[in-house]
Amino acid sequence: MNADEAMREITLAVNGKTHTCKVAERINLADFLRQDLQLTGTHVGCEHGVCGACTVLVDGVSARGCLMLAVQADGCRVETVESLAAGTQGAAGLGPLQAAFRDRHALQCGYCTPGILMSLTELLRDEPSPDEEAVRLVLSGHLCRCTGYQNIVAAALQAATKPAGGA
Amino acid sequence: MKAPPFRYHAPRTLDEALSMAATLPSPRLLAGGQSLMPMLNFRLLAPENLIDLNRVEGLSGIRESGDAVVIGAMTRQREIEFSALVKARLPLLAEAIQWVGHRQTRNRGTIGGSLCHLDPSAEQPMVAMAMEATLSIAGPGGRRDLPMRAFALDLMTPALEDGEILAEVRFTPWAASHGWAFLEFARRHGDYAIVAVAVLIELGADGTASRVSITLGGVAATAVRVADAEAALLGTIVSPSDIDAAAACCGSVDALGDPQVPGWYRQRLARTLCARAIPIALARAAGGPASVRHPGNDGTNR
Ligand code: FES
Ligand code: FES
Repeated sequence: MNADEAMREITLAVNGKTHTCKVAERINLADFLRQDLQLTGTHVGCEHGVCGACTVLVDGVSARGCLMLAVQADGCRVETVESLAAGTQGAAGLGPLQAAFRDRHALQCGYCTPGILMSLTELLRDEPSPDEEAVRLVLSGHLCRCTGYQNIVAAALQAATKPAGGA
Repeated sequence: MKAPPFRYHAPRTLDEALSMAATLPSPRLLAGGQSLMPMLNFRLLAPENLIDLNRVEGLSGIRESGDAVVIGAMTRQREIEFSALVKARLPLLAEAIQWVGHRQTRNRGTIGGSLCHLDPSAEQPMVAMAMEATLSIAGPGGRRDLPMRAFALDLMTPALEDGEILAEVRFTPWAASHGWAFLEFARRHGDYAIVAVAVLIELGADGTASRVSITLGGVAATAVRVADAEAALLGTIVSPSDIDAAAACCGSVDALGDPQVPGWYRQRLARTLCARAIPIALARAAGGPASVRHPGNDGTNR
């Protein structure tokens, strides 16, 4: 970072924890989460809004972490993939949606997975039992170069139908 | 890549934003960021000052005002998508908005941002053109209104002077019984359209088309109304041969070509989409339910 980099102080809640930090004005939210907060679960693929790997929830709705500046998240509530495994639900501390992904082999290299999990988390909150079309529409905002999507759809539908699930 | 350095400003009022836009060197306005942020990350732009409109009060919201529906420039596409008022009074916009990017980008993208970015195949400028929307622009000397036709000067070139900010967009709804259709073709859902068409039709008591608007996106530098296609339907009880004639007009507009999509291909798409859209709009104008393929519901992840 340049010595003359313009900085600004922000306060935001990430996964329920409040952080106050000085950030570079031009750093995007995804890079801030990864570099400043060491929350490396959020991935960065294309940096121009196409791949969806960087998707996080800002004030409860999905957003591209690469298309938002960290300073714009001042005062916001941010949720990242790290929040999904909190607690001890399911095997190995995975959240229900994550457990369904493991069950149904919905990831291979895993690069796209954190963003997809966050978009599906948003969907399942809004619509606890979405149909396949709704799942595919949400997935259209993500690129996965490994799975062919089929198993991701299956995992989302499995997580959706679990009565005690509720992502 | 990463965005180049700039100074970031977050004004709270329109006056504050206007004075920053007028005084700061090399300013750029940041709306939803779904087009500007990629351009910054690609380093296609390097403004010295970025003025973020996201915290400016009074620039967002959807309201009725007299006969019009007024949408604040910073209203997010998500809000338009889920607005009962838009669905009831501006069904063309409600249908078009579902083709805009993805849920994840509509959550932040704004109508004003799209109108000012003015991509030639973007859906919101098409609807503004189709409905002859009026844009209310705030500037150092006060407000001025511009019709969309005069606002869309050229490829990604809105008629905004330095220091001006788009404040709101005013749509005058068509008669309650009008029919509408919005169709587009893109290689993947959420991509910019290769070609898109917007059709609005009002029928008179005798069943003739009394008012028609046909707009193409993706073919020219800006969205274009196709006057001869409209004329082919106006005043007639629209028959299949009238639809063919209108579609032929759409298929013969001057179309931009590029190495991936030659002009003749855009013309063919324009013709095909127009021929599909008119019957949908007609059926809706006649009160019939017209089923339209919702983007993405053909079971593929496009
Ligand atoms: S890194 Fe943000 S969408 Fe690809
Ligand atoms: S699992 Fe490899 S990109 Fe999706």
